[in-house]
Amino acid sequence: MAVGKEILTKIRSVQNTQKITRAMQMVSTSKMRKTQERMRAARPYAEKVRTVMAHLAQANADLGHPLLARRDVVKRAGIILVSSDKGLCGGLNVNSFKRFYAKVKELQDQNVEIDVCCLGQKALAATQRARLNVVASAVQLGDIPKMDKLIGPLTVLFKQYAEGELDAVYIVYSGFINTMKQEPTIEQLLPLTPHHMVVEHSHSWDYLYEPDAPSLMEFLVKRYLESVVYQALAENMASEQAARMVAMKAATDNAGNTIKQLRLVYNKARQAAITTELSEIVAGAAAV
Amino acid sequence: MSKMHVEVVSTEQLIYSGEAEFLVAPALEGEIGVYPRHVPLLTRIKPGVLRMTVPGSKEEVLVAVSGGMLEVQPTHITVLADTAIRGEDLDEARANEAKRAAEESLQHATDDLSTAKAHAALAVAIAQLKALDYLKKRVH
Repeated sequence: MAVGKEILTKIRSVQNTQKITRAMQMVSTSKMRKTQERMRAARPYAEKVRTVMAHLAQANADLGHPLLARRDVVKRAGIILVSSDKGLCGGLNVNSFKRFYAKVKELQDQNVEIDVCCLGQKALAATQRARLNVVASAVQLGDIPKMDKLIGPLTVLFKQYAEGELDAVYIVYSGFINTMKQEPTIEQLLPLTPHHMVVEHSHSWDYLYEPDAPSLMEFLVKRYLESVVYQALAENMASEQAARMVAMKAATDNAGNTIKQLRLVYNKARQAAITTELSEIVAGAAAV
Repeated sequence: MSKMHVEVVSTEQLIYSGEAEFLVAPALEGEIGVYPRHVPLLTRIKPGVLRMTVPGSKEEVLVAVSGGMLEVQPTHITVLADTAIRGEDLDEARANEAKRAAEESLQHATDDLSTAKAHAALAVAIAQLKALDYLKKRVH
């Protein structure tokens, strides 16, 4: 008796999908732990660079490095947009993009032109769709944030800033708050705001510099900015895994519910078919 | 003998942390040796090997770094290590590659970058060879 063959096929197909989503959920869970560790591992460097930089800035007030230049009128701004390479991570990228487009609109309303630097496949696709001017990009970043891949795109932006083509640089990424919560975050990278340069030392002393203070400052400023972007990327990756884990858990649960409902429909149809057949036999017997 | 605390950090991780009695680093303008209570010093370092004398051990500790910055304070030393080999040319090549990637949305490495990458790989290999050389010398 072939009742509800279509329903059975459907159940089987949902079961297969559920297997995939469950596997993805488990993969994300294990990756998430690693990405979170990496996120934390990047912190000591950023803090150290900031301390040294603050001290250097205090000891040599007038360094005049192009990356430290402050511009009164902003004509052109650069935005670094960080996203994941792959999808299936819930609203993670969409939320970041919303934040990004809001900033783009705000700047465009002030007649500011915009250059975008994309980190991640999804960011590149979205900005190209929106016909924004993409000046640099890095995609296929993998599960481990690699400094090597960031240097290129960042050099492009920082050079433009140093040459006066850009007057401000922002970064948009998905900040990791906890497993259940990721928040799209926007930060101003350049010009460096005073809170980047917190000075803790009150007594005055100075380093010996080799070769000289300005070139060391340039080195530090670059490394500092890179480490901020690296940190953002690491956080975005942790967010991605967390978001994917939650999204896949929801998908697995939904598949379970769908299977339950389909089973119910299938059983009812089977029961109905049996009843009909029985009543037909009984009616037939009565007629004889 | 007095000691100093040495930390080698990179953007990606903490590479080394521990006590040392003496440290030699490949500074940009030549090797420098640092004993505890050194005057505060800030310098850039080249790709190479950091050598440390550790209290209670005859073996020197070696840490290979691909360039970075050395900060010396009287009781502690911090090495801000680069994770990738850096250089004007190389950064430039990387920048061009990123631009091209944006323009074409392609992932192919171009000749420009592969040359620069080869140079970088060479520099790393040389740093490692130096470490090996040093180890060999010590054995004999």
